[in-house]
Amino acid sequence: MPIKVLVAKPGLDGHDRGAKIVARALRDAGMEVVYTGLHQTPEMIVNAAVQEDVDVIGVSILSGAHMTVFPRIMHLLEQRGVDDIVVIGGGVIQEADAPRLRELGVRALFDADATTQDLVEGIERVVREFGRAARRAEAAAAP
Amino acid sequence: MATDVAPRVIAPNIHRDLARAISAIENGYGSAEAAGATLPPNDAPAAYVIGVTGPPGAGKSTLVDRLIEGFRDGGESVAVIAVDPSSPFTQGAVLGDRVRMQRHAGDAGVFIRSMASRESGGGLAPTTHHAIGLASRAGFDVIIVETVGVGQVELEIVGVADVVMVVTVPALGDSVQTIKAGLTEIADLFVVNMADRPGANRTAVELKLMVRESARDVRVVQTIASDGTGVADVMDALRDARQNHSSNATRAVRFDVLRSVRDRAVRAAVSALDGAAAREVFARLRAHELTRADARAALLAIATEEAFDAH
Repeated sequence: MPIKVLVAKPGLDGHDRGAKIVARALRDAGMEVVYTGLHQTPEMIVNAAVQEDVDVIGVSILSGAHMTVFPRIMHLLEQRGVDDIVVIGGGVIQEADAPRLRELGVRALFDADATTQDLVEGIERVVREFGRAARRAEAAAAP
Repeated sequence: MATDVAPRVIAPNIHRDLARAISAIENGYGSAEAAGATLPPNDAPAAYVIGVTGPPGAGKSTLVDRLIEGFRDGGESVAVIAVDPSSPFTQGAVLGDRVRMQRHAGDAGVFIRSMASRESGGGLAPTTHHAIGLASRAGFDVIIVETVGVGQVELEIVGVADVVMVVTVPALGDSVQTIKAGLTEIADLFVVNMADRPGANRTAVELKLMVRESARDVRVVQTIASDGTGVADVMDALRDARQNHSSNATRAVRFDVLRSVRDRAVRAAVSALDGAAAREVFARLRAHELTRADARAALLAIATEEAFDAH
């Protein structure tokens, strides 16, 4: 079945051309992409992800607010009892912040040099390694 | 609105559980019954199901956003199932209907689910009718189903909705368009959206003339969904239709039965064409022992027998 991805655009920055290009590239790779538009709060992102039951939340962030946005998303997911949605990020994210984000459970980060092919492969990889398919297989293998 | 009926209770975590149940059906991890069993029991009457269809870009999602507001103001909970097209080439899809409904993103009484149409060509996804059943079971009072942007013949919405609203825009064609078969035949309510554009009155008049010939009571309403103009009239029409949606139930059931029979017949015929008798006919066709016409007649007999006589 197709991988379902929420492409989320938090905060006040008004540029979603990149997010739209990403959405289109993922579509062309056979994924089902939910796009929610600009100016999303972490609450809106998590609500949409829960209702859509996506495999992956891809957060596009250029504004520098990533150290606020990602912790909030991870916290809200936990609060909602959702532990099978993989969170990844892309945009302008300083190298220095990456270890902290990984520690929070953000499974992949893509900088401005990443190609759409890098993204497609990255998403397929995180879904394989951390997504619900992996968990389902684990559960099936367990005695 | 059925003001005499108390709004149904939405259980905690229902968004997550309903979402997972819909995924289970959509992706084939289990039966509709099994998915429904994951939701808390609910013996309230079935939800009111509103179908919203019409050409791409007519403003369906923006209008749905307004309807959500209208029903929420009346204290009712709303589930929206919005279908967008899948690529026939890659199976990928961009599901963008939520963009217009963001005002309701934090409201626990509103559940919005996008579905890709996948292999279905009728304007809905193959499992949309199950998703509607699950949302009703989860306790939502009103379910709004938005089809993919349709042309003329994607009519599956008739089989699932209590009332069908066709959203169109001014000047999509001349009056001949209004008398063609298909989309215009299934409307219980026509909405001419973007009514501030030139030609809106004319489009509304042409639709009114057409529906005057119809046996059913079909209203034509003009709206500007982006600023809310005319939405109260749409809500009135939907309220009235709710009183007598049993008349639509016969049509919906009829359509649903026909679709099921057709699907089963096609499946049976396909399997008959893979069977031993058919393989022999194909072999004789390849060996030039049969003409194409003879082979076609023989295969038709085999497929028909399998599809109709054996059941």
